[in-house]
Amino acid sequence: MFNRLAHLDVRNIGHHTVESLYRLGYWTRFFALTLLHSGPSFARPRLILRELYFTGVLSLIIILVSGLFVGMVLGLQGYETLQTYGSESALGVLVALSLVRELGPVVSALLFASRAGSAMTAEIGLMKATEQLAAMEMMAVDPIARVVAPRFWAGVFSMPLLAALFSAMGVFGGYLVGVVMIGVDEGSFWSQMQSAVDVRDDILNGVIKSCVFGIAVTTIALFEGYDAPPTAEGVSGATTRTVVTSSLVILGLDFLLTSFMFRGV
Amino acid sequence: MERSSLDLWVGLFVCAGIAALLILALKVGNAGNTLSGPTYEVTAQFDNIGGLKPRAPVKSAGVVVGRVASISFDSERFAAKVVLRIDQDYKFPKDTTAAILTSGLLGEQYVGLDAGGDSANLANGDTLKLTQSAVVLEKLISQFLYSKAAEGGDAKK
Repeated sequence: MFNRLAHLDVRNIGHHTVESLYRLGYWTRFFALTLLHSGPSFARPRLILRELYFTGVLSLIIILVSGLFVGMVLGLQGYETLQTYGSESALGVLVALSLVRELGPVVSALLFASRAGSAMTAEIGLMKATEQLAAMEMMAVDPIARVVAPRFWAGVFSMPLLAALFSAMGVFGGYLVGVVMIGVDEGSFWSQMQSAVDVRDDILNGVIKSCVFGIAVTTIALFEGYDAPPTAEGVSGATTRTVVTSSLVILGLDFLLTSFMFRGV
Repeated sequence: MERSSLDLWVGLFVCAGIAALLILALKVGNAGNTLSGPTYEVTAQFDNIGGLKPRAPVKSAGVVVGRVASISFDSERFAAKVVLRIDQDYKFPKDTTAAILTSGLLGEQYVGLDAGGDSANLANGDTLKLTQSAVVLEKLISQFLYSKAAEGGDAKK
């Protein structure tokens, strides 16, 4: 009995491994196809504009509010720690660097994955379940060029803007708590921040990070929707997988990018 | 192609995003106060640079006049070679001395320039002859301990 169970388990592991290899290959092909077929969507910018509204504009509120609160928490906690060493004037540096380098791109990408990524997956999965994608193919309209590519470019374009808004809002939140509430000196808050944050090393690298996250999250979300089994259960499973996979990929990629970008700086 | 309220919202979103990037660059970052005008480079050799880093400020009388462009090791003289990039507006005499100083007790290290009395000015590619290395706290403490020990030995005799 035990032997048979173990046998089954081993077979399951093998099945899952082969299955994920298949999906990885399919995902790569899907990504390449999206890039190849994005020409028509640039010829019709209205499609991208509509998706920019759904992914970018409608994500604004959650990004701005959470950015403000993350910055405020950083200001509060940073002050508590820095005060022990008598260097609370470095609060601005702490808040700005941690937001611009890490928290801005990462947290906004996580929020983006759960706010916009899951919606993308559900929409495309439902389009597939109700055979809208198949109908498009029947009318000789390429669903990748018509449905997938505009969403991809809208996601890639709005992600860095959202991350920048998150960081700016966070710095403002840190300023509110540190300077306005606690009373850290305003001049040293800003001047130490400005002398420590470099435009190329810190801000540009943060923007590059959020571009990479944007590409990762949107391709995962679109692929999960496109690959979802055409049932109610399948779409719900795909939506969950989008959030889980893209969160893991964001955190893993963040470690990789950080180790490339901030080595010895 | 007719206009719609969608266009307005997307336009606002893009404007806000670009504004946030500009705020980050100008208010949070140092784009506003980097050296933008013409500069000239001078080299200085230090026995020990302590914790000096590239892009550290070069100050004279407390005013930032330039930045450290690069730091390398001179394997012939076994000394650190520091290239300073100084704003063209600020002229210094040829016998200017450079010292590595620390702002505050635990602050960042910077290069301080003290002007000399020479009538000729430093030009691009010149080398500063007189330099003063960074203060290494361990050396200072061991010196202090040695001198204390020596005093104690004298007192016993």
